[in-house]
Amino acid sequence: MDLAYGPEYEAFRAEVRAFIAQHGAQAPRRFGVSRPSEETQNWQRLLIEHGLTARTIPKEYGGYGAEPDILKSRIIAEEFTAAGLPMGIANQGISMLVPTLLELGTEEQKKKWIAPTLRGEVVWCQGYSEPGSGSDLASLQTKAVEDGDDFIINGQKIWTSTAHASDMIFCLVRTEPEAKKHEGISYLIFSMQTPGIEVRPLKTMTGHAEFNEVFFTDVRVPKKDIVAGRGHGWFVANATLKHERGMLGDPNQAGTRLKEITDLMHKETMDGTRLIDHPVYRDRLVALQARVFAMQFHGLRLLTAAAKGEDPGIARLIVKLQGCELNHQLAALAIDALGEIGVLYEDSPHLRAQGAWQHRYMFDLGLIIGGGTAQIQKNIISERGLGMPREPKPAKA
Amino acid sequence: MEFGLSEDQKLLQESIGRTLEKVSPLERVRKAADEHAAYAGDVWQALSELGVAGMLIAEEHGGMGMGLLDAALASEMLGRHVAPAPFVATAVMAPIALAGAGSKAQQAAWLPKLASGEAITGVAVSERAAGAREGAGVAASGGKLNGTALFALDAAGADIFIVADKTGGLHLVTGDAKGLTRIALTSIDLTRPLGELRFDNVEAEPLSSGDAGAALKRMVDAGRVMLAADTLGAGWAMIEKAVAYAGERKQFGRVIGSFQAVKHMCAEMAAELEPCRSLVWYAAHAFDTMPDEASLIAAHAKALTSETGRFVARTATEVHGGMGFTDLVGLHYWFKRIGLNRQLLGSPERVRHEAAVLQGWAAD
Ligand SMILES: Cc1cc2nc3c(=O)[nH]c(=O)nc-3n(C[C@H](O)[C@H](O)[C@H](O)COP(=O)(O)OP(=O)(O)OC[C@H]3O[C@@H](n4cnc5c(N)ncnc54)[C@H](O)[C@@H]3O)c2cc1C
Ligand SMILES: Cc1cc2nc3c(=O)[nH]c(=O)nc-3n(C[C@H](O)[C@H](O)[C@H](O)COP(=O)(O)OP(=O)(O)OC[C@H]3O[C@@H](n4cnc5c(N)ncnc54)[C@H](O)[C@@H]3O)c2cc1C
Repeated sequence: MDLAYGPEYEAFRAEVRAFIAQHGAQAPRRFGVSRPSEETQNWQRLLIEHGLTARTIPKEYGGYGAEPDILKSRIIAEEFTAAGLPMGIANQGISMLVPTLLELGTEEQKKKWIAPTLRGEVVWCQGYSEPGSGSDLASLQTKAVEDGDDFIINGQKIWTSTAHASDMIFCLVRTEPEAKKHEGISYLIFSMQTPGIEVRPLKTMTGHAEFNEVFFTDVRVPKKDIVAGRGHGWFVANATLKHERGMLGDPNQAGTRLKEITDLMHKETMDGTRLIDHPVYRDRLVALQARVFAMQFHGLRLLTAAAKGEDPGIARLIVKLQGCELNHQLAALAIDALGEIGVLYEDSPHLRAQGAWQHRYMFDLGLIIGGGTAQIQKNIISERGLGMPREPKPAKA
Repeated sequence: MEFGLSEDQKLLQESIGRTLEKVSPLERVRKAADEHAAYAGDVWQALSELGVAGMLIAEEHGGMGMGLLDAALASEMLGRHVAPAPFVATAVMAPIALAGAGSKAQQAAWLPKLASGEAITGVAVSERAAGAREGAGVAASGGKLNGTALFALDAAGADIFIVADKTGGLHLVTGDAKGLTRIALTSIDLTRPLGELRFDNVEAEPLSSGDAGAALKRMVDAGRVMLAADTLGAGWAMIEKAVAYAGERKQFGRVIGSFQAVKHMCAEMAAELEPCRSLVWYAAHAFDTMPDEASLIAAHAKALTSETGRFVARTATEVHGGMGFTDLVGLHYWFKRIGLNRQLLGSPERVRHEAAVLQGWAAD
């Protein structure tokens, strides 16, 4: 056990701080959920240039080309969080498609797509879920039929985040209807401008349209735009999902929220008494603080295991479940501390933090559901982590 | 940066675990409990031979000079095996008190005997750490103690006691001192008896060579981390027993572990308890290396692990159905161990309040 970083890393930390001191003012104030603004793209390019994002992605594909070093990545995250600055863009293209292409794409695909995606110029959406295939993703039915050099796609996706603002989609389709469920799927990448695609925004409970329905009618996609070959889509999708789950349940975010709530409870009053002086609310804050600390230290433990190439086993499997739940509970405390003010929304008078707490409370529930629901996580923890019996096979329809 | 156990620490923990598996199986625990024994002498001897009694005592006094994280790993194993042996007071809190506030002579007189396991020290600080009940409290004046101390730890077989008075001063009292009445308190947990001490003009040596107030705080912090580690070990033992039972017990023509309701109970227990391990490790490490954070993290570790332990203890019992409710499978020893740990040295509610005070969020 040694929580000091050592001189090499402290020097690196100093470099990061120097960057922040010099360039911090250029950071975009607000990261939109959909298309990166020009200001955001400029910031992103600056970060790449200095090795502060896309750090380990090879130069030839538009990254910075450093050796992987988990501790340096963590130092960057720590310093940016401490300074309240946005890190690099973390959309689905960058977080999920880029690592997938690096692992499984052809040279041509890597050359063509990775650099503009990293710069925020090309925006991607993830076309996996369908009306009939959510948790049971491998049952998906969207069909791609061979026709000369193309596939012709027909079917529907749903819950497709940011599809309305995306240039491209990475999409799972069934190319071998005769094959077994998991073996008949392929992973295609194509433009959202392709004729035959219709995007219908789906308004969510937050009041915004964060995701969409996407309909495909005779959409023609060149066969070469497949990743890892026909029938290997399930394997590719799992590579992608691994990257998604790493992203959800991040304890740094919980740490930032805890700070915000602590400030809020020192400022806001009820009957003229600060919330922090109210023993019941204060007790809830302290109880959540313990949970945030536990997840942060847990993160350090996983980081150490990753750096040593060890498999932390069950310790890793619980992060999505516990992390998303904790964030949700933090938002709930902020709302409760604000009481009736906590339910104000949109542009109401007396609104706090532009309604962020209600938005988070709702959006977090989406994250508890998306990326593998809490129940699916519990199946994974009990089966893979504790070695309990697998689900019995469903009865044949 | 490395957040994890060293190879030595892993080996240490394994060897304590193996020894306890041998000397302290369920039948041995049951025997000690049925006899209302002060502690199981054979178990204590085996632990002492491994150096557990003197883990935290400096080598010059015959101990191993280890850190609190090592002690936490030992404590986790004691909880895992519901070991009927003293530990928290005699091997952790007393050495910290003597090293922090004892005179050279007091240290020389007692530390070597504690290190070898030859002497056992009880610790009576409940009124300071958990709050005074029944009007208990000890007054010190002119080298004499008067009053009552409740819920003394490792008290039943103790040769000496370290006692906190009402002002936070620490005193050393021999077990056979004149005017001292020792009363056994029977708790749900028969693996670690509690004691009541009544003082009627009892002669006591003050521990006044260092800062006794600071030493008291340190010993309570360390004790809280140990109890959290004990609950962590006991909790994981219960999860493993539940998973194993669910893999064998059949109802409706299939093992109950294939019912999702049962699987999800097990997954929830594991998901809640495993982050407590990271918190306990950090708390123990902070105790040795980060004095500014130590008390806060110790409080958090104690509170969160106690809350999670309660959930695990009842849920693992439920997974065992009616069998979990019986004496037969002995699951209740773990259930009760976790139940006792929760209240000792400060309940979750009390230590969370302390955590708030430490951060300036509440008045003392
Ligand atoms: C905010 C948000 C963003 C999303 N973004 C995208 C995206 O960009 N691209 C994309 O492809 N998808 C996206 N999704 C879809 C997401 O992956 C699915 O919602 C998720 O996998 C669950 O599928 P479902 O909604 O069909 O629910 P269902 O699978 O129908 O589940 C309904 C309920 O049944 C439970 N359940 C289902 N199966 C089991 C089982 N075997 N055991 C126990 N319980 C079970 C679930 O836990 C849940 O409580 C998003 C979802 C949300 C909420
Ligand atoms: C205090 C007490 C008094 C009792 N008194 C009597 C009495 O007077 N007379 C009498 O005949 N019996 C009595 N019982 C027995 C009682 O009815 C059973 O204990 C109870 O029905 C559970 O059965 P089990 O113990 O075999 O547990 P199991 O059925 O083995 O259950 C073990 C675990 O598996 C779960 N489980 C089992 N099946 C499923 C399923 N299909 N889906 C999801 N989860 C499942 C259970 O919920 C439980 O968590 C008593 C029990 C207790 C604890």
